[in-house]
Amino acid sequence: MRKLFKFHGGVHPPTNKTQSNDKPIAPVALPSKLVIPLHQHVGNCAKPAVEVGQHVFKGQIIGTPEGRLSSAVHASTSGTIAAIDMQQVAHPSGLPDLCITLIPDLKDEWIPREQRDWRAMSHTELRHLLRDAGVVGLGGAVFPSDMKLYSSQHKITTLVLNAAECEPWITCDDLLMRERAADILQGAEVMRELLYANEILIGIEDNKPEAIAAMRAAVVAGKHERIEVVAVPTLYPGGGAKQLIRVLTGIEVAAGVRSTDMGVQCFNVGTAYGAWRAIAHGEPLLSRIVTVTGNVGKPQNFEVPFGMPIDELVAQAGLLPDTTGYIMGGPMMGFRLPSTQVGVIKATNCIIAMSDALFPPAPPALPCIRCTRCAEACPADLQPQELYWFSKAKNFGKAQEYHLFDCIECGACSYVCPSHIPLVQYFQFAKSEIHMREHDKQAADRARERHDYREYRIEREKQEKAERLAAKEKAALAAKPVEPPVVATNPDAAPENTAQMKIQAAIDHAREQAAAVKPKNTENLSAEQLAEIAEIEARRARIREIAKSDVEPPKE
Amino acid sequence: MAAFFSPFISKPDNVAQIMLRVMLALIPGIALYVWYFGPAILVSIALASITALATETAMLKLRNRPVAPFIKDNTALLTAWLLALSIPPLAPWWLVVVGTAFAISVSKHLYGGLGNNPFNPAMIGYAVLIISFPVQMTHWLTPHGLGSIELTLLDQLNYIFAGTLPPGVTLDAITMATPLDTLKTQLHLDRSMQQIMDMPIYGRLAGQGSEAIALAYLAGGFYLIANRIITWHIPVFYLGSIFVTAGIFHLVDPAHYATPMFHWFSGAAMIGAFFILTDPVTSPTTPLGKLVFAAGAGFLTYIIRVFGGFPDGIAFATLLMNICVPLIDAYTQPKVFGRKDPSGKIGDSR
Repeated sequence: MRKLFKFHGGVHPPTNKTQSNDKPIAPVALPSKLVIPLHQHVGNCAKPAVEVGQHVFKGQIIGTPEGRLSSAVHASTSGTIAAIDMQQVAHPSGLPDLCITLIPDLKDEWIPREQRDWRAMSHTELRHLLRDAGVVGLGGAVFPSDMKLYSSQHKITTLVLNAAECEPWITCDDLLMRERAADILQGAEVMRELLYANEILIGIEDNKPEAIAAMRAAVVAGKHERIEVVAVPTLYPGGGAKQLIRVLTGIEVAAGVRSTDMGVQCFNVGTAYGAWRAIAHGEPLLSRIVTVTGNVGKPQNFEVPFGMPIDELVAQAGLLPDTTGYIMGGPMMGFRLPSTQVGVIKATNCIIAMSDALFPPAPPALPCIRCTRCAEACPADLQPQELYWFSKAKNFGKAQEYHLFDCIECGACSYVCPSHIPLVQYFQFAKSEIHMREHDKQAADRARERHDYREYRIEREKQEKAERLAAKEKAALAAKPVEPPVVATNPDAAPENTAQMKIQAAIDHAREQAAAVKPKNTENLSAEQLAEIAEIEARRARIREIAKSDVEPPKE
Repeated sequence: MAAFFSPFISKPDNVAQIMLRVMLALIPGIALYVWYFGPAILVSIALASITALATETAMLKLRNRPVAPFIKDNTALLTAWLLALSIPPLAPWWLVVVGTAFAISVSKHLYGGLGNNPFNPAMIGYAVLIISFPVQMTHWLTPHGLGSIELTLLDQLNYIFAGTLPPGVTLDAITMATPLDTLKTQLHLDRSMQQIMDMPIYGRLAGQGSEAIALAYLAGGFYLIANRIITWHIPVFYLGSIFVTAGIFHLVDPAHYATPMFHWFSGAAMIGAFFILTDPVTSPTTPLGKLVFAAGAGFLTYIIRVFGGFPDGIAFATLLMNICVPLIDAYTQPKVFGRKDPSGKIGDSR
């Protein structure tokens, strides 16, 4: 039995997993359209690689990775590209992002898939393959996996597979492990190779005995070595990467340090599975397991193609009529979807249909009574009641001093608060305010620099001009030694004199110019026109005369 | 409409329930109180409760705060109960009313209401009363079975509200000094500790009756800890501090200094340890801070009890330690996850 370690705090919210984990993973009927965002991963948005109206095969790249930190996006099925435009995406902000709309042709025709032996491939090839297959972290962070599969100094000893799935309601990893354990382990082997790691630890919360048994059986059946499936205590947020690493290895990943610097790398089991399908079967990441639960008639896990609109997905699980909204992710850290039209993305592990019965609104918040239940629950050993105080008072400096940025926003503090204070929101507010201020300060610094430089530049140009003029004068003086004696004997008068001359010259020049731009329609006129003008002028003169005599009586 | 931001679920717990559980934990002690000293305490508790609710409502209205959510949080009631249990049950009605009204209005609402008061309101109420009305605050009843005369409920009500006793009964006949006070006085009279402890007022551990009530409070305290309403830190270190301080004095001079047990079960030590010092609003928030706070309060309680001029030390010890809470909190911040490296280099690199 492996010695397990503890992290501070944690809570035991009702798990609500049995609703959806008693049925196998079901396929979904292809929807009428797929809205596939090009930015489903951390890093640069993928660049559209198709045109509107183009036919694509299942698995064809429709978005190519841009820059170092990016990932490819693929057509989840075969069909026609209907649009490439800004659409609402599954993001808490509700802001639109670049999406490709694909109308499935329902043939589900694959691109040619190549089965390869990963042991014959170089590490670089493998990483390129993962990047082009769009493999990103499926635990929710969607960080491009190829970027995490480096081991510069062979420092990594342990690969942790995260299958804790500590959030209530979610069972997608549970079902994946029950049904596809062998592939997960194969993927983990590739990852171990890329990281030069020694052992693999698979952490599964002990409320998933079937998954633990399936994985253990697969370890034996696949003759895997140095892989251990570890049952960890069910305690939210035990699936936080730092928390799971702590529980499994005792290592406390220091603030501001990557776990790899302490010899551990961590991946979600779904990522290992996706990596294996990409490498061994040539299947890019086109779908994922999504738990559809909550206020639905048939809560279940589905294998959902990316881009599938939420409303079509929940309809297949038997959506109940009194649904008030949808949570993407779990109830502790998930967010409410801005629309039911948005497509499933790589980060979508769970869709929970909400109803007032399942998720009753929290009572109004009371003042903090400093009971410290939040501090007792905090897995980061923070003092949320102090952070709340500072955030509320906008005392951001103090909030940072109390390590606001070590908060992982797991929501345990809000969950236990007897005053029902939305603590996490206060912390998110404070964090974004601090980011804003830093951004503003940087912008102000840049503006000041620019302004200072401009002042300096103007001053410098003035000086340079003056110097140039002075040099010219000198040259002119040197070239014309015969000058009126007054000028020669009085050097002070010289510039004044020349200045006057220059003014005179400028006036002359202006006159010439003015003369040059005289009304052009008086030139080159015919004789009749001249006669007409003369007539008009005469008439005007007469009128002027009459007017004069009317207004001013002639002086006697 | 359901919540808009995570977490979308919350523990079925609230301030009102917490306070209610604390009041529940007081009930065994109150029951024994009634058994030993008659029903007068219930009158005090009722008076204090009504005053507290009325004052709370008035203050909330004056402060333009919603009345309903705050009046239902049970905090004013708990303050009232704790204050009523701290003053003599036979105190005149206005004493209870003045103390409670002051506690709620000045020490709670003038500082910003729930969650913002730096001092324990019940102890402020007690302090105001003991300084302003020291005579009325010493009319402690003789426990059941010790006095020659026992008052009926009607007699007690008559005294509380009208200040009249049944004919032929003097106040001295029905009241007496507390065990703590008696000890102090008798020691001044150069009686030996053994002689004093043999007096009928004393029981096995401390005072007759009061020791049983203290035991009931202790049981209530265990209930609170078991139900995670409070943590062990403050009670254990408060009682521990009293034990150690009293133990040292007792070991050095047992003839003049009572046993640690006596101090545990006398006066308000037990109710203080589990119900008063553990008030979350006025005690430190960090685990280490709670220990420092409790140890300090225990030491001060003993010093004030034994060398001070007041019948018990808990109120002033609490208030003095309340003053130190911000300082204690600031200096006892626990290490944050990922910043526990003793060298401090890795964690603070940011």
